[in-house]
Amino acid sequence: MAFPETHRSVVLAVRSPDAQERARALEAVASAYWRPVYRHVRYRWRAREEEAEDLAQGFFAAALEKGWLARYDPARGRFRSYLLACLEAYVANEKRAGRRLKRGGGAFRVPLEGTDADGEPRELQIADGTDLEAEFQREWARGLFALAVDALRARCAGTSRAVAFALFERYDLEDHDAASRPRYAELATEFSLPVTQVTNHLHWARRELRTTVLEKLRAITASEEEFRAEARALLGAEPS
Amino acid sequence: MLSDDALDRLRQVTQWPDLTGTRYELRGELARGGMGVVYVARDRELERDVALKLIAVEAADADTASRLRREARTMARLEHPGIVPVHDVGELADGRVFYAMKLVSGKRLDELVEGGLPLRERLRVLLRICEPVAFAHAHGVIHRDLKPENVMVGPFGEVLVMDWGVAKHRPEPPAASGEAPATASPAPHATAHGTIVGTPAYMSPEQARGDVERVDARSDVYALGAILYFMLAGRAPGRPPASPDAPTHTWVRPRSMGVAPGIAAPHELVPDLPRPLEAICLKALALEPERRYAGVARLRSRALSGRRARVRLSGRAAGPRPPFREPASNANRARARVRRHARRAAAGGAGVTW
Repeated sequence: MAFPETHRSVVLAVRSPDAQERARALEAVASAYWRPVYRHVRYRWRAREEEAEDLAQGFFAAALEKGWLARYDPARGRFRSYLLACLEAYVANEKRAGRRLKRGGGAFRVPLEGTDADGEPRELQIADGTDLEAEFQREWARGLFALAVDALRARCAGTSRAVAFALFERYDLEDHDAASRPRYAELATEFSLPVTQVTNHLHWARRELRTTVLEKLRAITASEEEFRAEARALLGAEPS
Repeated sequence: MLSDDALDRLRQVTQWPDLTGTRYELRGELARGGMGVVYVARDRELERDVALKLIAVEAADADTASRLRREARTMARLEHPGIVPVHDVGELADGRVFYAMKLVSGKRLDELVEGGLPLRERLRVLLRICEPVAFAHAHGVIHRDLKPENVMVGPFGEVLVMDWGVAKHRPEPPAASGEAPATASPAPHATAHGTIVGTPAYMSPEQARGDVERVDARSDVYALGAILYFMLAGRAPGRPPASPDAPTHTWVRPRSMGVAPGIAAPHELVPDLPRPLEAICLKALALEPERRYAGVARLRSRALSGRRARVRLSGRAAGPRPPFREPASNANRARARVRRHARRAAAGGAGVTW
């Protein structure tokens, strides 16, 4: 599910009088929030995998149908907090009603890597006392960075920047412990480049990633103030 | 989907500052504190690695920017082997101030002590810490945040006092006495009364109260006493025990020294400690500045004697030991003499003359 290539806020676009634009905007919101919503349902409501998927799916469908997100008022707080409050109310209502319905033909279903690979429902492990709102925020950040990495990968593919992305993937994306993380000199040998080029490529890729994350962030925030506050929290950055 | 480690790393690398327009090239993050972040960077002009300190974006404002500049100037002014030299101050494209300093390799004192640094070596480090602090006092600068985490010990045993970000200044350098406990007079950038700066476990009572006017060299003496306490007892004064089995204390001995409540005497935590050192530590930790050493040089000379005493005491059979009390000041000594004679007179002691 692609993010719209625009800096316009999709959070505001969910109020558009144009039904198609509304649907596209909600799709973009769902792509950024699917995973945090799904995991929150699993953590907070102790839902099993399939049930959580249905509830997440149902939530986005109901949000479109009933215009919940269009009622968001940026003056009253962050969009993320509003969406979480809507989700809580929705799941509580569904649980009370004892419903567990398959929704809307998978319109907002986003595949979750690793959660259904073996086909068996798994319980997520969660420690007592976990701050669920912080967890929701972390998943939101993870989703946002993942979208930005995908966009960067797509932008570099087939261009002279492909090597920059390959270096970035090797050095920053792959999991290494401190001892096994490759040194710039080792990467230089591996990629047959001078060390200075390794430095330059990594610098470029990180800067591009930062720009892309900020673009995505601008799209899913409703006001300049919210955008800046989220950018500070996410990147420690005052966006330029 | 990104792993937790990858997410943390991406958040970190996208936070790295843009050094475009400077002579530095970022290499990595070195340390992160409450407000500041220290990076390793390459100075392209001089072809050497340096440490770059700047305020984290979330804490960046006009006040923290001026504080960082002040810290750089303080360190530049205090040219001493125990204080990291500052090479450069500048401003990034995003408006944040940074300064470049010598990249120090080594370990923090707290890590070394927790790693089992021998007592003799701990005392050597304490003596070395006293030197730049006394030097700073002689130049009208009070550190105000001395703690083991702010002391680096290099591979050749060199000791450096770091993080002068909350130092208090006198506008004009005083006479170089080193022992003058004179209160630093308010400067244009002085901390307002009631503002608390420092680290609670190592902070003097006057600092903890925000009694800025009373903060002077003896406040650093307190912090050095707290560092000695950490070296002897393995934890900061007043800090709860790390393990539930460790002894707990609610008051301090000897009470007559007027040490802050909640601080256990180190020997109660580590029974075979040399008592002279403990006495030095507790005197430095006195609640009232007047009851502490008047200056760092005095504390240092007492610690030096204490270290020698420790050597003399080593090998002595273990067993009950008499209380050891660090000599009081002349005034306190006179008061104690009066009390002693009064007690004897009250007891009807015959032939008492003085």
